Amino acid sequence: MFGKILIANRGEIAVRVIRTAREMGVATVAVHSDADADALHVALADEAVAIGGAAPADSYLRGERIIEAARATGAEAIHPGYGFLSENADFVAAVEAAGLVFIGPSAEAIRKMGLKDAAKRLMEEAGVPVVPGYMGEDQDPARLAGEAGEIGYPVLVKAVAGGGGKGMRRVERPEGFADALAGAQAEARGAFGNDAVLIEKFVATPRHIEVQVFGDGTRAVHLFERDCSLQRRHQKVIEEAPAPGMTEEMREAMGAAAVRAAEAIGYRGAGTVEFIVDASDGLRPDRFYFMEMNTRLQVEHPVTEMVTGIDLVAWQLRVAAGEPLPAAQSDLSLAGHAFEARLYAEDVPAGFLPATGRLSALAFPERARADTGVRAGDAISPHYDPMIAKLIVHGPTRAVALAKLRRALGDTQVAGTVTNLAFLGALAAHAGFARGEVDTGLIDRDLAALTAAPAVPARVVAEAALAAGGLSETEDPFAGFTLWAPLARSVHLTRGEDVFDCVLRVCSPDRVEIDTAGGAVTAERRAGAWRFDGVPAAGTARAGGRITVFAAHGIAFDVVDPLAQAAAATGENVIEAPMPGRVTRVFVSDGDAVEAGARLALLEAMKMEHALTAWRDGVVAEVLVAEGDQVEAGAGLVRLEADDDAS
Amino acid sequence: MKLQSQALPSSEAFRANREAHLEALRVVEEAAAAAQAGGGERARTRHLERGKMLPRERVANLLDPGSPFLEVGALAAHGMYDGAAPGAGAIAGIGRVHGQEVMVVCNDATVKGGTYYPMTVKKHLRAQEIAEENRLPCIYLVDSGGANLPNQDEVFPDRDHFGRIFYNQARMSAKNIPQIAVVMGSCTAGGAYVPAMSDVTIIVKEQGTIFLAGPPLVQAATGEIVSAEDLGGGDVHTRLSGVADYLAEDDTHALALARRAVESLNRTRPDTVDWQAPEPPAYDPEEILGVVPADLRTPYDIHEVIARLVDGSRFDAFKPRFGDTLVTGFAHVHGCPVGIIANNGVLFSEAAQKGAHFVELCSQRRIPLVFLQNITGFMVGRRYENEGIARHGAKMVTAVATTSVPKITMLVGGSFGAGNYGMAGRAYQPRFLWTWPNSRISVMGGAQAAGVLATVKRNAMEKAGETWTEAEEAEFKRPTVEMFERQSHPLYASARLWDDGVVDPRKSREVLALSLRAALNAPIEETRYGVFRM
Repeated sequence: MFGKILIANRGEIAVRVIRTAREMGVATVAVHSDADADALHVALADEAVAIGGAAPADSYLRGERIIEAARATGAEAIHPGYGFLSENADFVAAVEAAGLVFIGPSAEAIRKMGLKDAAKRLMEEAGVPVVPGYMGEDQDPARLAGEAGEIGYPVLVKAVAGGGGKGMRRVERPEGFADALAGAQAEARGAFGNDAVLIEKFVATPRHIEVQVFGDGTRAVHLFERDCSLQRRHQKVIEEAPAPGMTEEMREAMGAAAVRAAEAIGYRGAGTVEFIVDASDGLRPDRFYFMEMNTRLQVEHPVTEMVTGIDLVAWQLRVAAGEPLPAAQSDLSLAGHAFEARLYAEDVPAGFLPATGRLSALAFPERARADTGVRAGDAISPHYDPMIAKLIVHGPTRAVALAKLRRALGDTQVAGTVTNLAFLGALAAHAGFARGEVDTGLIDRDLAALTAAPAVPARVVAEAALAAGGLSETEDPFAGFTLWAPLARSVHLTRGEDVFDCVLRVCSPDRVEIDTAGGAVTAERRAGAWRFDGVPAAGTARAGGRITVFAAHGIAFDVVDPLAQAAAATGENVIEAPMPGRVTRVFVSDGDAVEAGARLALLEAMKMEHALTAWRDGVVAEVLVAEGDQVEAGAGLVRLEADDDAS
Repeated sequence: MKLQSQALPSSEAFRANREAHLEALRVVEEAAAAAQAGGGERARTRHLERGKMLPRERVANLLDPGSPFLEVGALAAHGMYDGAAPGAGAIAGIGRVHGQEVMVVCNDATVKGGTYYPMTVKKHLRAQEIAEENRLPCIYLVDSGGANLPNQDEVFPDRDHFGRIFYNQARMSAKNIPQIAVVMGSCTAGGAYVPAMSDVTIIVKEQGTIFLAGPPLVQAATGEIVSAEDLGGGDVHTRLSGVADYLAEDDTHALALARRAVESLNRTRPDTVDWQAPEPPAYDPEEILGVVPADLRTPYDIHEVIARLVDGSRFDAFKPRFGDTLVTGFAHVHGCPVGIIANNGVLFSEAAQKGAHFVELCSQRRIPLVFLQNITGFMVGRRYENEGIARHGAKMVTAVATTSVPKITMLVGGSFGAGNYGMAGRAYQPRFLWTWPNSRISVMGGAQAAGVLATVKRNAMEKAGETWTEAEEAEFKRPTVEMFERQSHPLYASARLWDDGVVDPRKSREVLALSLRAALNAPIEETRYGVFRM
C-alpha cells in the first residue's frame, strides 16, 4: 500500500478520499487554489499545497503543478476524484511518466471511452447492446438526415465529444432536422471545439440505469446497478440502488454487459457503464443500451457502497497499489436499498440558477451519511460546482430508505444561501417516485408541483419575527418589562415579494405574543426551548438581515431595515448582477448617455448570456467592472448618474 | 443572612390580604388602561388615518425589541381636567436603544392635539429631571400643538412651566446628556424650541412641521397665506432652514434614524458599584400580596417584604438590636448592592440615629439606598420631645437630604408626617419614588387630622361656654376624614406626580432593579453633609 497519496481535487470528493485513506493508514496531500486555502479538504489533509488561482484553469486543471506537488511532498500516487483531470488521458500519461501512480484507469482506457462514437463501436464489437444509431465519419447533413430517417423518428442529435447535455437536440419530425443539426453543431463547436455529431434513436420512457464496475486491468466485476433517472436537464438529482423494478435476469444481463465493456478496454479501477433503458414496457433484458462509460469514481458512488458494504475508494487504492481484485463476482451481494440526494446552492424559483453565499448554518442529521466539503461558515464561491453535500441513507427496503431520506432532508439545516433542499424534499415525497415509477422525464413533467413555494405557516413567521427581534436567545431578565400592558413592537419581514408584518408583545423573557397576518401566535420558552403555539421551535439561523427558519426545508426571511429601504427609495442608480457570473462584454463607458432599455453589459452565467439594461434614461457615471470579471449576485456593474427629476 | 419568612401562604389572613391587594390593584390597572388608551377611539383612528403611528407604538419601535420600559407618570392627570388628558397627553419613561438606557418623552396627539396641560408640563419636566440626575440621553417624540391655551396661566409663566423644558435641554446638552428630537407632527410656537434646542433633530416628510406661528396666525399677523409644509415642513427645515438635520420618509424611518443617532453617542457607564451575579429571592415576590396586611393599621414585619425583594432573600441587618422600629441592612437587588432602610413601626430617637448612621455608612461606601416607606411618623409625647426626638429626627433628615448616593423610595404603606421626610419622601429628591396601590400619603391620618381640628374647636367652644354633642362633632369631622381619604389615595397622588407611578407590588423587585440601573448611569459623587444637630 502507498505511504502517501495526493488528491487532485477539492470539495466533498477530496474529503471523501481523505477519509478512507486515513482509515487505511495512508497519509494525504491536498492541493488547493487560493480561494480554497481555508477549505475543509485542506484542513483535513496531512499536508496541503497551493497550486494557483481560484479559476480551475489556474489550479485544479494544472496537471504539471499537481505532479510537482506530488513530487515535492513525496506522494506516491494521485487520486483524481471526479471532474477536473479525472478523465484526462494526457494527465494520466504525465503522472505515469513522472513515476507516480494514477489511481484510476490507464490513459488508453480513458481515450477509448472518451470519444462517444468510437466507444460505441467498440462496445458493439464487444457484444454490448447500443442504441440504434449512426456514428459515421461522414458528417454531410444530407447523409445525417438520411440516417435519421432510417433509424426512425424521434431521434437525438448528439455531439460526439459531448457530455452534460451540451450539443444535444431531440428531433420529432424530419422537418425539424436541419435546424436541430445546425444548433447542435454550433453548440458542440463552442463547447468542445469539435462539431461532429451522432444520431440515435430517441428512447421513450427512458430510465438511466448505470452499473458500477471494477477492474484490475484484465478482469472486472460489477457491483450492481444504480438508478439515476431522477434528472433535471441531464443533471442527476436523486440516485438510488438497486433500481426499482429490477429483475434478477435483467441485473445479470446488464452486469455481464458492463463487465464485458470494462474488460474490452482492459479497465483498471472504478468505472461506471451508463445504460439507457426503455421502460415503456417495464424492465426487460433486451431493452437496455450502452450510452457511455465514465472512467472514474462517480458522484453517486455512495449508494453502491451502502448496498454492497464496500468502500470503493479503498478498492481503488488497493488495486492501484497492485493488489488483485479484492472480491470475486460471487462474493458480491446486495443488501437493502440506498438513496443519495444532491444538495446544491441554487436558486430553484429562478430556474435552478447556481447560487453563492456564506453558509451561516450547516447541519446534517446524524442518521444520514452526509458527504460534504464545506462547514458552517464556509463560502459557496462562484468558481466551482455549487454542490453543498450529498445526503445518503440506507434502509432494509426501498420504502424504509425513502422514509429515512425524507426525514434526513427535513432535518437538514442550511442557511446563508438559497438551496434546492425544498425541491429535494418535494421529490422525496413524490407519490410516483415512492411507487418506483421513475424515468428521466419525471422531474420536468411535475416541475411546477415540485418547485411550488411552500405555504408559510404563522408559526414559522412568528419564529422568524422572534429571531428578528433578537429575542430567541435573550437572557435579559428584564425583557419585555413594563409597569402595565406590554409594548407592541413591529417587525417587518419579507420573503421575495411577500411582506410579513408582525407585532411582538414581549410579556416576559419567556413569553412573547406575536401577531402575524396568518393569526396570533404565542411563543413560550420552557427549559430554554421555545414553543410556538405549543409546537417546538424549528430553529433559526441569522446572517446579516436574513433569517432562516429550519421548517419546511428552510424558509428564509429578510428583515426590513427602514434605513436601507429609505436609501433604496431614493437611490436605484446602480445596475446589479442578477446572478453570479462572468462579465463578457461592457458596452458603455463613463459619461455615455443611455436610453432606457439600452444594453450596458453582458453577463455569462450557466452558459447563457444575460443582457443588463438601463432601467431609465440617464448618463453612465461609472462602469464598475471590466470585461472578464467574475462577479457575485448583487454586484454593482454600472452606476448611472443620479437623476434629480426621477427622484 | 438568609431571612426566614413566618408567613403561611395557606392561611385565611394570607388569602384575604391577597384578595384585598388584588382589588386595590384592579382599580389602578383600570386607571392605567384608560391612560394608555389616550384620546379615545375616534382620535386614534384619525391619527392612524394620517399615516402616523400611535404614540405608544412610536415608543415601542424606538426602543430595542423586548426592551424594558420603566414608565414614569403613567397615571398623570388621572381624574383631572374632567378626564380630558389621559396620561397628561404624553408618555415618558426609560427604555433601551442599542442597549443604551434613554429617557423617552412622547407627545400623545390623540389627547387634545398633544397640547400641554399643567400636568403635561410637570410630567415633561419630571422626565427631564430624571434624565439629568441619572445622565440619560433624552429622545423627544414630538407631536404637539404647544401650550393648552385655556390653561395658559398654569402652563406658561412660572419657573417650572413650559419654558423650563428648553432651559433643561440647554443645561443637559451642556452636560453632554444628548438631546434628540424626532418631529412626527406639529411643533408649534413654544414647542418649536424642542427640536430647535436639540442636539440632533429628525423630521418626518410631509408630516412634521416646526414653526413659531402656524399658517392661521401668520395670516392674521401679516396677511401672508402659506401652507404648513411650505412654512415649516420637513423639506424646508432640512434643506433651507437647518432647523432639522435628517428628513425621514415616515415614522418608521424616523425612529430608525433616531436609533442610529443613539448608536453613535459613544457613551459608557461609569464604574460605580460592585455588581454580583443576580439571584432570585428564595421567597416568591408573588407572595408579597399575602404577607402585607390589607389594612394599613395592622402591623407586620417588613422583613417579610425584604425577603421577597432581594437576591437570595439574603439581608445583612445592621444594628438589628438597636432602634428596631427602623430596619437597616445590606442586600443585593438583581446583583446591585443596596442599603435598605425600612420601617417596622413608629420612629423613635434611637431609630432615627441608627438611620442617620446607616445613611452615612452607605454614603461612605457609595452604596445606593432603597427606602421601604411605611411610616406613621415620629413618636410624639413629652418624654420623646424632651429627649430631643426632633434633634435625632433632624440628623436622619440631614443625612438623607445630603447624601449623594442614589435613593430609590418605595411607598409600601403609610407615608405620614415627618416620617415621610426621614424616609426620603418626594421632597428629598430620591431618584425614583414608586408607590403601591395600598399606600396612603398625607400630612397625618385623616382621623387624626379631624381629631386635631375637633379638639381645637371643642376647646374654643368650651371656653365660650358652648356645648358640642358627640353627633355634632362626628358631623364636623366627617368632611375632613373624607377629604383626607380621597387625597391620600395613590391614584390622587400619582395623578399629581407626587410620585413616579403606582406599581404592582409583585413587580417591585424589577422596578427597583431598573431604577437602580438607570440611576447608575451617573457617577456616584462624594457626599458632603450639613451640620448634624448632635
